[in-house]
Amino acid sequence: MPWTRRHLITLEELSLAEIDQIHATATAFKKILGRSVKKVPALRGKTIVNLFLEPSTRTRMAFDMAAKRLSADVISLDGASSSTTKGETLRDTAENIQALNADMIIIRHAASGSPLYLSNILDIPVINAGDGAHEHPTQGLLDTFTMKEHLGSLKGRKVVILGDILFSRVARSNIHALTKMGANVTLVGPATLVPHWFTDLGVKVSHDLKSALADAEVVMLLRIQHERQSSGHFPSLGEYTSMFGLNKTRASWLNPKAIIMHPGPINRGVEIDSELADGDRSVILEQVSNGIAVRMAVLYLCSGGQPESVVTTD
Amino acid sequence: MPALWIQNARVIDPASKRDSLGDLFIANGKIAASLSAADKKRAKKIDAKGLIACPGLVDIHVHFREPGQMHKETIETGSRAAAAGGFTSVVCMPNTAPVADSAGTIQLIKDSITRTSCIRVYPTGCITVGMKGQTLAPIGSLKRAGVVAITDDGDCVQSNELMRRAVEYAKMFDLPIMDHCQDHSMTVGAVMNEGIMSTRLGLKGWPHAAEDIIVSRNVILATYTGAHIHMQHISSKNSVEILRRAKARGVSVTAEATPHHIALTDETLATYDTNFKMNPPLRTEDDRIAIIEGLRDGTLDCLATDHAPHTDYEKDKEFDFAPNGILGLETALAVSLDVLVRQSKFKLPYVIDLFTRKAAKIVNLPAGNLAEGAAADICLFDPEEKWTYDAKAGFSKSSNSPWHGKTLTGRVKTTFVEGRIVFENGKIK
Ligand SMILES: [Zn+2]
Repeated sequence: MPWTRRHLITLEELSLAEIDQIHATATAFKKILGRSVKKVPALRGKTIVNLFLEPSTRTRMAFDMAAKRLSADVISLDGASSSTTKGETLRDTAENIQALNADMIIIRHAASGSPLYLSNILDIPVINAGDGAHEHPTQGLLDTFTMKEHLGSLKGRKVVILGDILFSRVARSNIHALTKMGANVTLVGPATLVPHWFTDLGVKVSHDLKSALADAEVVMLLRIQHERQSSGHFPSLGEYTSMFGLNKTRASWLNPKAIIMHPGPINRGVEIDSELADGDRSVILEQVSNGIAVRMAVLYLCSGGQPESVVTTD
Repeated sequence: MPALWIQNARVIDPASKRDSLGDLFIANGKIAASLSAADKKRAKKIDAKGLIACPGLVDIHVHFREPGQMHKETIETGSRAAAAGGFTSVVCMPNTAPVADSAGTIQLIKDSITRTSCIRVYPTGCITVGMKGQTLAPIGSLKRAGVVAITDDGDCVQSNELMRRAVEYAKMFDLPIMDHCQDHSMTVGAVMNEGIMSTRLGLKGWPHAAEDIIVSRNVILATYTGAHIHMQHISSKNSVEILRRAKARGVSVTAEATPHHIALTDETLATYDTNFKMNPPLRTEDDRIAIIEGLRDGTLDCLATDHAPHTDYEKDKEFDFAPNGILGLETALAVSLDVLVRQSKFKLPYVIDLFTRKAAKIVNLPAGNLAEGAAADICLFDPEEKWTYDAKAGFSKSSNSPWHGKTLTGRVKTTFVEGRIVFENGKIK
């Protein structure tokens, strides 16, 4: 099946076959990354613009590196240096970038729906690098890629996502990917951060950590934002940790072979004990490494590459 | 001015329970029982076969943006959009720049109405100074300057004590209070209905509970003070239920519904189209049905558009950053006919009543009927004509409409104000 999408805006809109294609392409790229020369000429001569209108170091670095591994030229614009802080509209900024002959735009924005909005304006591919509390598709792809490496098929596997689900784009993208891949997903956290509406997406919602973690094969933690405390979503970080923080005792409720995931950056001692974050069940750093291969796959496919031709690109 | 003779129309005047095929006579700008033989000979005759003739429509909730935001709309352009929609009387909201919280500003607005409007436009004044919700505006002076109601529309008065005093004070002048019901503490940063769709889209939700709480508050204050409070653009099922029970107890409350809340739900936001962003937000199918039922049993008293123009460049933004509000005047009748008559089996005269007599009654406007001697404000429309709405070609200065490019059924043909044709066959006269 050829790859036909120009943009990557959400995982909600991808089919299972498309998710598999991205994963397969990422597997091929991951092999390349293990070689001494880690670069392929797939996007040589192309210019990719990283438009990060909301601060992010990790995701931006990962996209940057992925683009460079594909031999593309990368220009990065962040919120502070971009003209949107001077009152220019997103439309104007984007049209300028296109007029400068960029070949692809990667956008991170605090407002949900902005990448879709851009994709309706521009002729070049738009890749969503996180929009508000909506989606973070490449994170969902790298997370599920990492799970597959450890568990094989995710069909029927119990995956728990724990923490601030309401405001999490990572959770939404993972929910869409995981449910398509056949996993049984349970969301856990305080009722204020895990509203019952989520059941509409085909997942379970629980506020009881013990039963939720029991026999789970994956637990994915989400960062707890300090601001949620002042907005009344929970009483204090201490209270959160004592009710929902992952510690050694609670980790023992998991399936013995379970893996622990976190999209970073971690609040050590808040959502997870440091010992567990660095322990042998943790795959947090593998997620980071896989992020490069998965993003290479996305950039490659959306700029017109085909899944089966990856290996011949060098 | 020669007499006017509208012939062969289906004349619907809910105020006099008239619904019959026949003629309408207009002499000296007023509805006449008949014309003399000589007048009949000289009268301008309009063949209205196949058309409905009803009182000019009344909208008690529009935003004409003058003074201060005349790039979006002016009283002149807004009144033209109204005339094109069959409206002959509209009530404009005070959230202008400056806000209409002084007799001087009301005078300014009235002057512009006299100079530029092709229909009847009535101003409202603010409840509080600067619409800040802190101190009462000079409500008596506003009344003397000519406002027909007071409201802080868009900035619901949060202090229960201040609202209580406003209600008591305005009652002295027999001045209705209109309230946009929204508990601000529950809607910080909210841009759409809170629910399954906001969860999916990752947008901040506006829970209907924030409306229900203020509707309840207002029911309690109306009960306590004996004053009339009108609830603007009700959007939630619970609010309808609260109002239904209050009315059954005889509490002096009224409420309006908008064409968009009876026609659309939050599902339309799936593509983040800012032409569906409004406040209160579009809610669920359950809410939509409840509002229709509220209109059916009289819990909700009338339809009002909340016509809220914004320029293209203001709406052309990330969803979070776009302003709330949509146009309504030119599509209100067709949309309501579709939802209420065709889909919900309301009787046509009942829907016209919601747009005329019942709307006028809430703020005591001299409008909404075709009784002998009444001003000849008339709307002539074809209930079956299909047309495609092009918001860009409309009469409003703005084009922010969810119905742009949609085919609607039911089209206004002619609008008369005091017997003068102000709109006919797509053109303002
Ligand atoms: Zn309004």
